[in-house]
Amino acid sequence: MINKIVNTLAEALSGVKDGSTVLIGGFGSVGQPDALIEALIEQGAKDLTCVANNAGTGRVGLARLMELGRVRKIICSFPRSAGSVVFEELYREGKIELEIVPQGTMAERMRAAGAGIPAFYTATSHGTLLAKGKEEREFNGRKYVMEHALKADVALIEAWEADRWGNLTYNLSGRNFNPVMAMAADLTIAQVQHIVELGAIDPERVATPGIFVNRVVRVDRGEGWV
Amino acid sequence: MPSYSRTDMAAKAAADIPEGWVVNLGIGMPTLIADQVPLSREVIFQSENGVLGMGPAPEKGHENPWLINAGKQMVTLRPGGSICHHADSFAMIRGGHIDLCVLGGFEVAENGDLANWATSENDTAPAVGGAMDLGAGAKRLWVVMDHTTKDGRPKIVERCGYPLTSLGSVSRVYTNLAVLDVVPGLGFVVRDIVPGMSLEELQAKSGAKLHTQS
Repeated sequence: MINKIVNTLAEALSGVKDGSTVLIGGFGSVGQPDALIEALIEQGAKDLTCVANNAGTGRVGLARLMELGRVRKIICSFPRSAGSVVFEELYREGKIELEIVPQGTMAERMRAAGAGIPAFYTATSHGTLLAKGKEEREFNGRKYVMEHALKADVALIEAWEADRWGNLTYNLSGRNFNPVMAMAADLTIAQVQHIVELGAIDPERVATPGIFVNRVVRVDRGEGWV
Repeated sequence: MPSYSRTDMAAKAAADIPEGWVVNLGIGMPTLIADQVPLSREVIFQSENGVLGMGPAPEKGHENPWLINAGKQMVTLRPGGSICHHADSFAMIRGGHIDLCVLGGFEVAENGDLANWATSENDTAPAVGGAMDLGAGAKRLWVVMDHTTKDGRPKIVERCGYPLTSLGSVSRVYTNLAVLDVVPGLGFVVRDIVPGMSLEELQAKSGAKLHTQS
């Protein structure tokens, strides 16, 4: 019997190695797997490369992981936002490496990784600082920049419902990066609000098929989120 | 000195958006445009985080924390609205499916270049978000911004001094003093000036030649 459901957060995060590239879902705080990030802090892996749209806020979650010196490099589109104090401190002191990526390029690089596409061309960023050093090519009279797939060791994602095969649904804009990140990692771990019987999710509603998911753990998001 | 208010600027841009367009509004001043489009005119607002068909801000007591826009503010969905993931959302943007994007700006040049993501004055890391995807991928790019900086330097320029967001893609600018078209091969063409200001006065506040409609 296939059963991807694990009972504890420690079990969910077991085996994450030092030096891993970790994708972290969410856009702002919505669809962000907070409990899994806390569990990664507990788990102890260090020298991490983290990929997330934002660089954490306050001194909890991803910001806490960075403050503890466990993140060597962050890849994101929008590091500077209200409350991104830890990132700004570390960046100013030269204690964290930053790779800034246009948001659509970031999503597409992960989608490409998940789809077995090693690189692709995009018009985004052509002629700007972010295209510096990248291969350029012209198609039908327009110039494009080559971008590489972004493959990861681990993806931490948040979903709404899951069954034991790892089929997932999301709640509105909580979907964001989560389905593409699920495709792009060797080990995809999902924090979900509800676990349902196999077959209970209408196949038309499955947003991430279980093939992209390795472990599922139920976490109650708490009041205000249900 | 006469000046359009932020609401005036948003209303002017909104008036130029026809029914049926799919529109992405950047964070900051552009988001004010949505409130100026009457619900009876069906314009589909897209948000980069996978929301298509955004409606007005939620009424008090009906907020849903799972439904936010690019500025991380809670929003609503209109009937007909839909949700997709980030790669599909940016496929809409990068694949040329968005009729119009309106962004804020630091500088717009007469060749249609836009600078809006990084200034040399930044000592902290710059943040690009979806601006380069929108600048390169939307069918049309308009900019809403003040005509000059707070200390009076022109933001309408011959060539951008700040790092570029996108090249040659801006077609119209709404400022607190004027509405300008960016015409390929010509430059800025004045469509509208705030009442009480002369063309000469507007030119003096601009860093590039302003042309008039013939």
